[in-house]
Amino acid sequence: MDPLRPKATRRHVVRGFAAAAASFVFPCPAFAQSAARVVVIGGGFGGASCARALRKIDPRLHVTLVEPNRIFTACPFSNEVIAGLRDIGAQQFTYDKIAAEGVTVIAQAATKVDPQARTVGLADGTSLRYDRLVLAPGIDMRFDALPGYDEAATEKMPHAWKAGSQTMLLRRQLEAMEDGGVVAIAVPATPYRCPPAPYERASLIAHYLKTKKPRSKVLILDAKDTIPQQLLFEHAWKVFYPSILERIPLSQGGRVVSVEPATNTLISEFGNYDVQVANVIPPQKAGNIAKLAGAADHTGWCSIDPMTFASTLVPNIHVIGDAVIGGSVPKSASAAHAEGNACATVVASLIAGRVPEGPTLEGICYNTVAPGYAFFMAASYHARDDLFAEIVGSGFTSPINGDGSDEVRKREADQAQTWFKTITGETFG
Amino acid sequence: MTAALINVPKKARNGDIIEIKTLTSHVMETGYRHTPRGEVIPRDIITSFTCRFEGDEIFHADFFPATAANPFLSFFTTATKSGKFDFEWIGDNGFSQTASASITVE
Repeated sequence: MDPLRPKATRRHVVRGFAAAAASFVFPCPAFAQSAARVVVIGGGFGGASCARALRKIDPRLHVTLVEPNRIFTACPFSNEVIAGLRDIGAQQFTYDKIAAEGVTVIAQAATKVDPQARTVGLADGTSLRYDRLVLAPGIDMRFDALPGYDEAATEKMPHAWKAGSQTMLLRRQLEAMEDGGVVAIAVPATPYRCPPAPYERASLIAHYLKTKKPRSKVLILDAKDTIPQQLLFEHAWKVFYPSILERIPLSQGGRVVSVEPATNTLISEFGNYDVQVANVIPPQKAGNIAKLAGAADHTGWCSIDPMTFASTLVPNIHVIGDAVIGGSVPKSASAAHAEGNACATVVASLIAGRVPEGPTLEGICYNTVAPGYAFFMAASYHARDDLFAEIVGSGFTSPINGDGSDEVRKREADQAQTWFKTITGETFG
Repeated sequence: MTAALINVPKKARNGDIIEIKTLTSHVMETGYRHTPRGEVIPRDIITSFTCRFEGDEIFHADFFPATAANPFLSFFTTATKSGKFDFEWIGDNGFSQTASASITVE
């Protein structure tokens, strides 16, 4: 017998009681089912999916999506934009379809959350009332964590870790670099958005250099020793970029401890690297509004109850996507999308006075290292104790190599394209 | 295995407090772990580190199984004269590694 089962059952009972009790104590008459108001802050893969799913589950809900950008620029595949393989337009989506489905889309930044009054303050001074609030704020950079790397430094040493103008800046810097230059990518320790993405980026930049500037190099300065899909990446690097791409891990002194934007210098414990293009990926935290709402803890991230996505710190607030910490779910578009859908089900259940079922999330992550050559990993996750845990036996990673592996890599590159069309279609289209 | 990494300032003024940093690649296997078949994985750690300046010991550290892999050390000393620092790591299974670096004191 699964030793976890009795415990999970008790949790269900306790939670069910708590949810039932909560539904009696709300004094607000607007909490009646037909008029319940849900505000979603953040229009990325998590928030947009959640807002849309809420309306589909219960068309009577008043759902408002608060997102300052009128056009969303997706991070997955943005490494191909940096390498000149893809147009930024292919990454961009509007909220028109979501609005057409009855979600009120407000193009304002959320600047304040009052969990007692249950209101969200907007940049234009107006405010929104909510019965339940979903925070999907994504990430912000920690400009206090890497000496020398402040907001101004991002114009000289782009992070390109939020897609858009930073993506294009890094691409222009690569295009402007003379052949023979060094491109450095500084990678932080975990947790950060999309753990394998720095290595996909290094691969695709190496592809650009190999085809356009063959005397140049890409150097990964890494604050970690082990990386996701390490064997697959290292095998591919040996095949495609043996003299172009070099990675210095933590144990070889690779951790960048400060930067000097004026001279494009990256400083490690054991040496300085003066480079032509510096892509500095700094340590990160949950998007700022999470902290303003009181939902981010001392780590800068948001801890949640994995059964309901409810913040462990603030009532009536649910948190999804990259802002969440606590468990093995990766910070990825795919996981955020799954969390958005699952959270919508939970929120709709709570509003209807039902006990929500524990969600199961599926995550998948493709890495392209050269055109027509990709691999992926996938897993499912469920609530176990206070965390999301990978469901035993659900994990899958591409086979390393062997007979016909080039065809497998080609097929997985095609699947990556299909995955992107599907997830952006489900979220925005 | 790659040689140890050391970072000693190339130059300093007399009386300056300088930071010295070292990093050695080593698995630091505790001796407390078992294989899936229940066999003990034998201990394999660095047991001591010594830094000498012009032959005189100025810093020493003993390591134990709780020390993480790839030990990183940072320590301080006062620069008094130009000379050579010698670094030595000794460990289980005959592990021995040395490195050196010079400083010019003005």
